[in-house]
Amino acid sequence: MYNFKTLYEPASVAEALTLKAAHPEALFLAGGSDILIKIREGRLDGVDLINIYMLDELRGICLEDDGSILIRPLTSFTDVAMHPVIKAHLPVLGEAVNTIGGPQVRNIGTIGGNICNGVPSADSATTLKTYDAVLEIVSAEGTRTLPYADFNTGFGKVDLSPTELLAGIRIPKASWEGFFGHYIKYSMRKAMDIATLGCSVNVKLSEDKTMIQQLRIAFGVAAPIPIRSPKAEELAKGKKITKALIDQIGEAVLEDVNPRSSWRASKEFRLQLIEELAKRASVEAIKKAGGTIDV
Amino acid sequence: MRIVGSSPNRVDAFDKVTGKAKYTPDLVPPHTLEAKVLHSTIANGWVKAFDLSEAWKVEGVVEIVTCFDVPDIQFPTAGHPWSTVPAKQDICDRKLLNTRVRCYADDIAAVIAETELAAIEAVRKIKVVYEELPVILDVKESLKNTAVPIHEERPDNIVNKTSYEIGDFNEAIKEAGLTKVSGTYETPVVSHCHIEPANSFAYEEAGKIVVVSATQIPHLVRRMVGQALGVEWGTIRIIKPYIGGGFGNRQDALTEPLNAYLTTRVGGRPVRLAYTREETFEATRTRHAMTLDLTTYVRKDGSFAAREVVIYSNQGGYASHGHALAANAGNAFRMMYPVGAIKGEAVTVYTNMPTAGAMRAYGIPQIAFALESHIDDISSETGLDPLLLRTKNMMRLGYVDGPTTITCHSTGLAECITKGEAYLDYSKKRLAYANQSGPIRRGVGMAIFCYKTGVYPISLETSAVRMILNQDGSMQVQVGATEIGQGADTAWVMMTAETVGVTLDKVHLVSSQDTDVTPYDTGAYGSRQTYVTGMAVRKTAESMKRKILEYAALMINKDPIDLDIVDNNVVRKNTEIVLTTVKEVAMESCYSLTNSNHIAAEETHHCSDNTYAFGVCFTEVEVDIPLCEIKILDIINVHDSGRIINQTMARGQVHGGMSMGLGYGLYEYHKFDPKTGRMLNGNLLDYKLMTPLDTPTLNADFVETNDPTGPYGNKSLGEPPTIPVAPAIRNAVLNATGVAINATPLHPERLYDSFVEASLIKQRRSEHV
Repeated sequence: MYNFKTLYEPASVAEALTLKAAHPEALFLAGGSDILIKIREGRLDGVDLINIYMLDELRGICLEDDGSILIRPLTSFTDVAMHPVIKAHLPVLGEAVNTIGGPQVRNIGTIGGNICNGVPSADSATTLKTYDAVLEIVSAEGTRTLPYADFNTGFGKVDLSPTELLAGIRIPKASWEGFFGHYIKYSMRKAMDIATLGCSVNVKLSEDKTMIQQLRIAFGVAAPIPIRSPKAEELAKGKKITKALIDQIGEAVLEDVNPRSSWRASKEFRLQLIEELAKRASVEAIKKAGGTIDV
Repeated sequence: MRIVGSSPNRVDAFDKVTGKAKYTPDLVPPHTLEAKVLHSTIANGWVKAFDLSEAWKVEGVVEIVTCFDVPDIQFPTAGHPWSTVPAKQDICDRKLLNTRVRCYADDIAAVIAETELAAIEAVRKIKVVYEELPVILDVKESLKNTAVPIHEERPDNIVNKTSYEIGDFNEAIKEAGLTKVSGTYETPVVSHCHIEPANSFAYEEAGKIVVVSATQIPHLVRRMVGQALGVEWGTIRIIKPYIGGGFGNRQDALTEPLNAYLTTRVGGRPVRLAYTREETFEATRTRHAMTLDLTTYVRKDGSFAAREVVIYSNQGGYASHGHALAANAGNAFRMMYPVGAIKGEAVTVYTNMPTAGAMRAYGIPQIAFALESHIDDISSETGLDPLLLRTKNMMRLGYVDGPTTITCHSTGLAECITKGEAYLDYSKKRLAYANQSGPIRRGVGMAIFCYKTGVYPISLETSAVRMILNQDGSMQVQVGATEIGQGADTAWVMMTAETVGVTLDKVHLVSSQDTDVTPYDTGAYGSRQTYVTGMAVRKTAESMKRKILEYAALMINKDPIDLDIVDNNVVRKNTEIVLTTVKEVAMESCYSLTNSNHIAAEETHHCSDNTYAFGVCFTEVEVDIPLCEIKILDIINVHDSGRIINQTMARGQVHGGMSMGLGYGLYEYHKFDPKTGRMLNGNLLDYKLMTPLDTPTLNADFVETNDPTGPYGNKSLGEPPTIPVAPAIRNAVLNATGVAINATPLHPERLYDSFVEASLIKQRRSEHV
């Protein structure tokens, strides 16, 4: 049923990178939950695959000495959601990846695959954007780091050269410490679906929980790539938590988004969702941070 | 009754959950060739030529068959009993492969190869030259655009058109003081989504073409394969193993005729034709989309003086079950509220949509959505209570439908309404929920239905059953109708044990049908099997019992009239005195040196009656207006299906039907590219079949009547549970928001448009749009 030409099975990252340098047209195969679908649909007929799924050095999550959280790309969605470091410091990421597909897909699908696939509906993308994730990218030539903010270059396109491989996703300590987040996936059903719209918000509140020190907000499917809303983030900075502020956030995000009409949903409907989800996710994030708000 | 009405486990439960049950793909022989169909990438036009050169180069290709090669025979595909009256025969409008393309994904060529991958690759490499015509998806457009009719035999694109009038409509509406309420309602194209996609394999053996297929109707498919290939029907043999659901899609010849032809092209080697899920969406059958215009003239007391319905049904490219569904919908409009003057018109029109066929409840979910929505719209317009409008006008015991003669032999509908009302506290909540404000609102809604049991007198109803006694007093039962997941096998085993007088473990039902072996029955459809086939089971079981007792009487020198069978024992009638056992009778009948007589019974029942099942759905919903979401807080179906054969299985059947109804009301519809006619969401990601997380707790209850015509007092239950759910939800949303949404499903984007129109959601400012 699956029309691919060659399957390479490297035993190490180094070997994988050498193979990729020799076969730049080949695709890295991680969990396969995106690539196998494309092969079945005949969109990658005769493709060469480099299977990296068995490379455990690319798997796992740890809290590093500098306080940053390092997520290696082959970590499955299930393992992200279950990991104690994520549960303790980044629970919203676990909640976000738990909305993907069903249990089988979450067991096989990887967080690295999710962001390298580059589509705006990726459920991990918005939360990683809001936490200012930094990507570690390797090739036979060496390693480079890149803010995740700069990774998506267009619909389904990311800043990876044919010889490069994502090796790590790092959340700096300053980005997660003291922040509380909430993710809302809006989809047509509650499982086995892709997002019509995704919204991830996190906030850091003042000591007395009445003011927003910082709010970060990102959307999936509100533009060709997952995006933050600088207007809303700027607006919320240092503001007292009020219902009016929440409404202003809902208004402000509309300045930064650019959804399109497709057969899956119209632009107008997505704008309605963007405004409403921005407000609801902000309220929930504030509540998780210990703030109160009467809406 | 000892057994009927209890809840034994399904007879196939253990085999199905342990993987022992054999489905078509489990039976494919070694070295079977794989076939793949090339589906058209235009929706209207002609195939002018193929370039097969690249396809032939694919390693493993054995044969390529195109629409220019197949027999020049048009055949029908509808799973109706054949009629010997030409005017009543199904429309023959399809060839095995079609040069004249009438819908997107029409079958135009097929590749047979050593592997599935080779067949797929070769199909992708066939180049087609088309002559294209404009795509017509809309019924009214199709009626106007007849320059090149979709089928030359139907120059106006009309499959059929029927009408009726009960009383004098124009006279009735002259009555003083009537309020006129009108509405137009729309229902979508949906798919059955049975878990096992359409598939079969075929081979030649002993001078016959054998097709093993996931079908609901083996005996009818045999006839249709014979028609399609232009061969004698007796040279075709259909075998039906266990199947993963059907819901009406398999009440049609799907892959079988082409598969039968393909094996003849490769010398009778086994050829498998297994559709993918995507092909099952695009290239099998669907539920008819309908537009229904309803008008009611209502008196101040809530009684109906006159009613009218006009139905436009979208057939798609081929006739399949054709006009039967729109006609059925028009009939149910009349039957549900058979008061005052009633006028109905139904038109079924060819378009370039996918072919619509049979689907659970056969046109009735469409009319029920329209009619039950309309009743609540009458309530909104007049202020009359929606329950009063229904109870005042609905069908009563003894009603005889004029045009069909179908009679209401039993009804528990009023009790169903009472039970549902009490369960939900509907009337009180309905008033409490009127005139809410705020973004999140609640509402209650309900709907009722009536449903025939089988297809008499529209079509033939006939069923044959065979029972064979084993030496140990157990017996095989062969039934021509089919188990398709609904639990029919279990019901027949229960009926057989009940009537013969043996215990359940003594009845071995042969689940698979083989048209060379199995007695004739038209198959699984029309919620007919416990009723029509049940009559044949009862008749055969009575015959079996009589034969056992006659033999027993000889053995023990009694008159059979004094004997009975209870729990595998032959007893003195009306006593517990055991005279012998069925096992001893069976042994003696097989091995007697003077009077061996292999006891078996086979009977046909020609059914010439019908009866109505009834039911209601009551639901409470919460509507999140800004997010355009509906949450089902509570939902119950209450059914009158006569006596319930198996309580647990009946509940399961209701749950499954409610699930399908929820999909119809909230989630499911085909989306099309208007330019090409291609289905956009033809997969289970984009076609939003509900998941368990989307499914609310489903409540089922029954009002048991004892129908005098049912073999065990029973009436239909297979299809009915799906009927009332969508309109009940729609009416609950109306109660919650005041917004009457006249098209189903009530998916978020439809809610968005409706709420914007009703000013519940602000219109987006132009700079953002």
